Parts: sequence; C-alpha cells; structure tokens
Amino acid sequence: MSPTPLVILAVVTPAVAASLIWVFRDWANTRDAISLTFGVALLSMVLTLYPQVADGLRLSSNFGEMLPGLEIAFVVEPLGMLFALVSSSLWIVTTVYSIGYMRYQKDAHQGRFFMFFALSISAAIGIAFAGNLFTLFIAYEALTLATYPLVAHYGTDAARRGARVYLGLLLSTSIGFLLVAIIATWSLAGTLEFIPGGILAGKVEPWAASLLLVLYVFGIGKAAVMPFHRWLPSAMVAPAPVSALLHAVAVVKAGVFTLLKVMVYVFGIDFLADIGAREWLMYVAGATVLLASLVALREDNLKARLAYSTISQLSYIVLGALLASSLGIIGGTMHIATHAFGKITLFFCAGAIYAASGEIDISRMRGIGRRMPFTMAAFFMASLSIIGLPPFGGLWSKWYLALGTLDTDQYVLLAVLLISTLLNIAYLIPIPLRAFFCPPEDVPEGGMREAPALSVIALSVTALGCFVLFLFPGPLYRLAAMLVAP
Amino acid sequence: MISAHLPALQIIVPLISAPLCAILPSGRIAWLFATMVSWLALAMAAMLLIEVTANGPIDYEMGGWAAPWGIALYVDRLGALVLVIVTGIGALVSPAFYHSISRELRPDRQPLFYTAYLLALTGMLGIAITGDAFNLYVFLEIASLASYTLVALGSDRRALTAAFQYLILGTIGATFILIGIGLLYMMTGTLNMADLASRLPALWDSRPVRAAFAFIIVGAGLKFALFPLHWWLPNAYTYAPSVVSAFLAGTATKIGVLILLRFVYGVFGVTFSFAVMPLGEILTVLALITILFGSLAAIFQDDLKRMLAYSSVAQVGYITLGIAIGNLNGLLAGLVHLFNHAAMKGALFLALAAIFYRIGAVDMASIRGLGRRMPYTMAAFVLAGASLVGLPLTVGFISKWYLILAAVETGQWTVVAVVVFSSLLALIYILKVIEAAYFQPSPDGVVERGEAPLTILAPLGLLAFACLYFGIDTGLTVGVAKIAALGLLGGYL
Repeated sequence: MSPTPLVILAVVTPAVAASLIWVFRDWANTRDAISLTFGVALLSMVLTLYPQVADGLRLSSNFGEMLPGLEIAFVVEPLGMLFALVSSSLWIVTTVYSIGYMRYQKDAHQGRFFMFFALSISAAIGIAFAGNLFTLFIAYEALTLATYPLVAHYGTDAARRGARVYLGLLLSTSIGFLLVAIIATWSLAGTLEFIPGGILAGKVEPWAASLLLVLYVFGIGKAAVMPFHRWLPSAMVAPAPVSALLHAVAVVKAGVFTLLKVMVYVFGIDFLADIGAREWLMYVAGATVLLASLVALREDNLKARLAYSTISQLSYIVLGALLASSLGIIGGTMHIATHAFGKITLFFCAGAIYAASGEIDISRMRGIGRRMPFTMAAFFMASLSIIGLPPFGGLWSKWYLALGTLDTDQYVLLAVLLISTLLNIAYLIPIPLRAFFCPPEDVPEGGMREAPALSVIALSVTALGCFVLFLFPGPLYRLAAMLVAP
Repeated sequence: MISAHLPALQIIVPLISAPLCAILPSGRIAWLFATMVSWLALAMAAMLLIEVTANGPIDYEMGGWAAPWGIALYVDRLGALVLVIVTGIGALVSPAFYHSISRELRPDRQPLFYTAYLLALTGMLGIAITGDAFNLYVFLEIASLASYTLVALGSDRRALTAAFQYLILGTIGATFILIGIGLLYMMTGTLNMADLASRLPALWDSRPVRAAFAFIIVGAGLKFALFPLHWWLPNAYTYAPSVVSAFLAGTATKIGVLILLRFVYGVFGVTFSFAVMPLGEILTVLALITILFGSLAAIFQDDLKRMLAYSSVAQVGYITLGIAIGNLNGLLAGLVHLFNHAAMKGALFLALAAIFYRIGAVDMASIRGLGRRMPYTMAAFVLAGASLVGLPLTVGFISKWYLILAAVETGQWTVVAVVVFSSLLALIYILKVIEAAYFQPSPDGVVERGEAPLTILAPLGLLAFACLYFGIDTGLTVGVAKIAALGLLGGYL
C-alpha cells in the first residue's frame, strides 16, 4: 500500500466546493463556476489515481484513529475506483444539467441546493475510497444526511413527507441493521479492514454468518432490496437533477457498492458461498427484480416508473454479489457503471420533459417526441441500454450476470433475468414509441420546444456515454476482474 | 504547596464564594464573580484530572486528621472525570446566565440566584470528591436544596409546583440514601468508604446490609430519574429558567449516577452487587423501560423544553444501561456518555435559552422558520440533536458504539434492539424540530435575523463544537473513561 495525500484530497475537494458555494451563494455565476471547476478538479484527481490502481497498486491516505483500533482511513482499490470514476464524471455532467434546470425554474434556494449537492458527492467519494468498514459507515450516513435537504428541497407538504420517509427508512436500516452488523463483525473478527478474501472466514459460527449476511443485505438500505425500498420512490419529490445523479447513481450505487464491498472484502467470495442464508437472500433479490418491474409497469408517473425500474436494476447487482462467483461479481460491478449512465439519462429526460412541457404522466406524453426530438432520442438510447441491447453498454453487464447464473447453475435466476428483460422492454419502450409515433392529443403548437440547452447537452452526453461503454468496456472489465483475481 | 491542597480548594472556593455573592450589590457583579469562580473551579478540576490520570488517585486528609476519623477527600479518575464535567458545564453555562436571568428575575433577587448556583456547584463537586459516606449525604443535600431553589426561580408560576414536586421526591431519595448509610454505619461502625469496602464482604449475608444496598440504590435511582422514579424531572426541567435547565441537565442526574457508581463499585463491590444481589438484571430492565419511556414521551411533546427533559430521562437510561451491562465496554459506554450527554444536553438547552430570549416561547409552533432567523442557534441545535440520535462524527455515536458493542459481547440482543429503536425515536423528535425550523415559514411572516447575545451564543457554540470535536477525536474522552472504567472494575481504592 502506498500512501498518497491525493486520496484524501479527492474526498475533501467537493466539501471545500460546498463551503465556497455557501460563501458565494448569492452570486449565481461565481457559485456555479465553483461547482464546475471543482467538478473538473475532482475528476482529474480520480483520473490521476486511475493508472496506478489499474496497475494493481493500492493507494491510501490515513486521517487518524477515531476510536482505539478504528481508523478513519482511505484506500483506493478497483471497485472504489470504478464507483469514484462514475460519480465524479457524472457530477460534472449533472452540474451542467442542474445549472440549466434550476435557473430555468428560477429556484429560490439554489445556494443550498448546490452546496448539499457537493457535500453529497464528497460523501460518495468517501464511500468509494473508504479504507475500512468503519470509515465506510460514516461516509454512508453522511451521504444520507447530505441528501436529506435535497429531497425536502421544495419544502411543500409532499416534499417534507417524502423526505421524512427517505431519512427514516435509510437511517433505521443503517442504524438498526448495518451498524449492529458492523459492531458484531468488529466484535467477532477484531478488525474492520477490507482484506481480499474476507475477515470473517473461520471466525464465526454458520448461524451467526447467516444472521450477519441478512443484517448486511437489509441493513444496506440504499441497495433498496424489498421490503426496504420505499424510500426510493419517496425521494422522487426531489428536483430532477437530484433524482438523476443521487437516486440513479450516487446514493443507490453507494448501496450496492457497499454490498459488493462487504461480500468481497468482509465475507470473501469463498466463505460467502457456504453461508446458508445466501440462497434465500438471492431469491429475495430475484423477487425484488420481478416485483419492482411489475410495479414499474403500472406506474403512470414517469419518475415513479423510473424509480421502480431502479429498484429492480439494483437487485441485479445484489444478485450478482450474492451469486458468490467471479462472473457474478464482475457482472454486478460493471452494472454499477452501465446502469448509471442509462438511468441518469432517463432521469435527465424526465426532468427535461417536465421543464419544457410541465408533464409528469406518461399517458400525457404522446407525440412529445416531435417537440423534443433530442430528449426523446436520448431516452430511447438509454432505454435500450437498460434493457441490455446492443449497441449499448448495458449489454455487457447483463451478459456477465447471466453467465454468472449459468456458472452457478441458478437456472431460476437466469429465468428471472430474462423475464425482467422482457418487462424492461414493456415498461420502457412504449414511452419513446408513443412520443414519436402517436399524434399529440392536444393541438400541436408546431416546431421544437426543447428543455434548456444546457440540460439537453447534458442528457445527450450521457446517452452517448451508453454507446461509448458498448464500444470500450475494457477498462470497466479490467477493474471488475481485478476484484476477483487480484 | 497550593497544588497539594487542590482537592480541598475545589470545594472550598465555590463554598465560600456562595455567601459572598449574596452580599454583592448588583446582579451584574454577582454574575461576573460567579462566572469567574466557575472557570477557576474548571481549572482546578482540569489540574486534578491531569494529576490523577498521571499519578493515580489522591487521598487527602482535611486538616491532617487521618481517616477514618478525619474528613477524607478522595479523588480517583471517575471523580476527576465528573469534576471536569460538572465544572465544565458550569463554566460554559455561567456566562449565559447574565442575559437570561436579568430578563427573568427581579434585580434584587439576582445575586441570590448566583448564591444558589454556587451552592449547587459546591454540593455536586463535594459528592464527586468525598471519601466519606455521610459527607456524601451532606453534599447531596446542599446540591439538592440549591437545585430546588434554582428550579423555583422559573418565571412561569408552575415552576413553584415543579420545584415542590422536585423537593418532595428529592428529599425522599436523599432520605433513602441516609437510611442506607445509617444501616451501614450500624453494621460496620464506620462511614469512610474505603473502610466500608473492606469491612462489608464479611457481612454480605446480613439483612441490614442488603436492606442498605436496596435503600441506597433506590435513593440514587430517584436522583438520576430511573423509571419509575423519574416523575420530578420533566416538570423541573420544563419550568426552571432555561439556563438552569442547561446547567442541571448536564450535571444533576450525572451526580446521581456517580452516587450509584460510588456505592456499587466502591462500597459494596462488583461481586456483591452483581453476583450476590441481582443488580445487573434489575437495572437492565429498568434502564430499558426508562429509555423507551423517555424517548416515546419526548415524541409527543409540543413544548421543546419538556421534549428535551423526557429525552434526558432516556439518555440517562443509556448511562444506567451501560453500568448495568457491567463489562468493560458497557461501563466505558456509560462513563463516556456522562460526558457526551452533558455536552449535547447543555448545548440543546442553551439553544432553547437563546430562542426563549429572542422570541419568548419554545413550542413547536413558534420555532417555525427559525432556521433563517437564528441560523447559528439552529445550526447548533441540529448538531447537538444529531448527537442525540447518535449519528456518526458526533459524540452520541461514540457512546452508542460502545453500548451496542457491550450488548453484542454479552449477547443481549433485546438491549441492542431497544438502543437502536430509541435512537430512531430520537430521530423523530429532532426531525420534527428541524422540519419546523427549516422547511416551514415563520408564523407571523417575520424574517428579520436576530441572534441571542454573545454571552449565550458563544457557550452554545462551544458546546455544539464539543459535540462534534469529541465525536471525531475521542482520544481524551474515551481514554479517560477507559482508565476510569478499568479503575472501577479493578476495585475501589
């Protein structure tokens, strides 16, 4: 492990941005310039770290001991690198989108909005680079708290209620199950370090291992495994950029990321394979995949449909982690990135449609493609990526996940993946099809009426990202493969 | 050497200052004097703590008369820790007295307030530092009588009934302790705690000793508001002047806990308390009920002071629970929470004092929109509130970590569940305040900014900062608590 201050700098950078944003909250241009500048700075830091991590180095920074034996420490390993790359690159794109979106809406609390946004990213990077479970937990809770004001942003009754469910569920699962699991792990294993091959093997009774696994899977509430998924639809009261970056990428991916990390570095894949509760937890994840897809089919509110789609897609990754096979882990890891690009595009589009036309219900979006061709084209591309069709990145992660189920002879779960793909088609594809091919219900006003230019640029970039991930999945695969064969 | 007499000075300085305050001409001068004395007391306590952590416990004989005949003072790590907590809260809260008290009290009574405050301080310090069971009772009565006075000074007329209730129950508690001490004296012929500890093992089977144990535990339980002996606390904290609540919440119940620790670990010993007598089981159950009751009751309060008062009941339940679990980490959790809870409750009540000073009320309706009107006060409230919930990077997390760790180590999963559940209840009542203050408009459309004076705001800021700082750098708090816990488990003296 080679120490470098750059790691801790990357975690702190967005937090510094947050405090500067607060200072300059009333100077709109300066404030937004700060967001962008620090976004670029963060991405370049992560990119500087990337080659060394790809070469198999573990970079670390140590902040100091908080409790005896428990350090605040940061270590960059392949999985964290991938999560940090996704979060930091999409932060820039989302900032561009948000500037367009929030200004267009003439929002009164933009200072607070961008400040907590930056704080959330700081927490997300903290999660990505956390060097032990203790640090990870702290950053995990920080992310929940930093996103709460964003969910409650509009301050309406609905927003406050949604935010209450959001905070309540995330904190109760994390304090009620995750913290208990971490303390039990600390008590049993005597360490909370992330060590390839795990720290629990040989130190716990089988029943205790099963209990711990259950506590971890449900305690990491951000992974939204049913029945602890309600917070995600509740979070949809937030402004569109929040739903896009945080509730399609940073927060939810922090959940499945933590889960993957726990499976790989705390349990260890080999030990995980022998745990009794794993089998039925896989079926819980499988059920979440299907049930959430079915709910998504019935939702007419676009953001709600996307939220349930996210719940379903997250459980793909949970499933991949629980398969306890190399291919499953690789598939799950790659899905963090591919789903991120697809889903953020879809949420960007939902926000753009709302900004341009005020529509939130799918049934009222007939013919909207004629007015918003760029947005709906991007929506179509991203949908294909989510479904897992070429030529888009979603293909690769689904491919490895399917291989993982075959590898472990889980044919039921393979069937779950296939059925879910059909359901994806059923709930996503009609939206762009109706938008392009059905005539609008009310009299068309003629001509294009797109969302703010910055927003359209942002969503085009992420849609292109889905395509690029199809062409160049190499770096992704390499990082994922390093996890299982160091 | 003056430093050799620090244990005596620790009590004598505030004791002598108290009547001096009464003859000072104005509230302002009395305030300056009392604040100075508080800081001096803190300095002495800090020196004692440093001395004790470095060189071990100090035995001090008043006037050179050797124990067990003379008056013995005894400063161990636990005592020094409590000294620092009590004087620290005193020193931080006393600057805030001025504006708050001059608004709520008649000018001619203000010097008397400071007299009562210094007497309460003296009593608490005496309890922490004495090595003699009877003197402990005497100091307890000094502290209690002064506290009743402080509570009765509240501007609401209900403060009088609250103080009266506090007086009746407090006196019963003190009497119980006195009966217990009397029984012990009858059986052993000594009042010196070290002497008692060495003579009691031979008398474990005698009924009077067991009765004494029960009397003392119940008496102490009344003092730190263990369910079902907590009835005095919510009223007392609600109707006392806000700054008094801040002082008492951080100190009074802690002293009750200290009395429990002194007798359980010091006088009777671990074996008698936990193996011969079923103290662990009884305290665990009662502490769990206290925690649940306090947190649940706090949710349904509309008055923020009453909400925090019930929350105090629950939080002291955590401390009791840690002691009841009885292993190293449990005791460590209890002791570290003594400090942590003092910091967060001090901050929360001071925030209420600031709000009360500004807008004259502290109920849910009148704090709407305060996030914009009093940003610093509310930020401190949120920070201390987060500590109450036990969120990471705050002091509450540290306490909770060790408490859950202790419960997991002993396999008490019910305890884990209750602690976790109660944290979520705390989240509910803190979130109610945050929603009202930040996401609702002011009731009468007032938006102008106006903070409380610096004498309230600065201590508030310091205490809130302590909630954060000692949640990150725990070397000092956990370190001292750990050696104090080890000292207790290793036996008295």
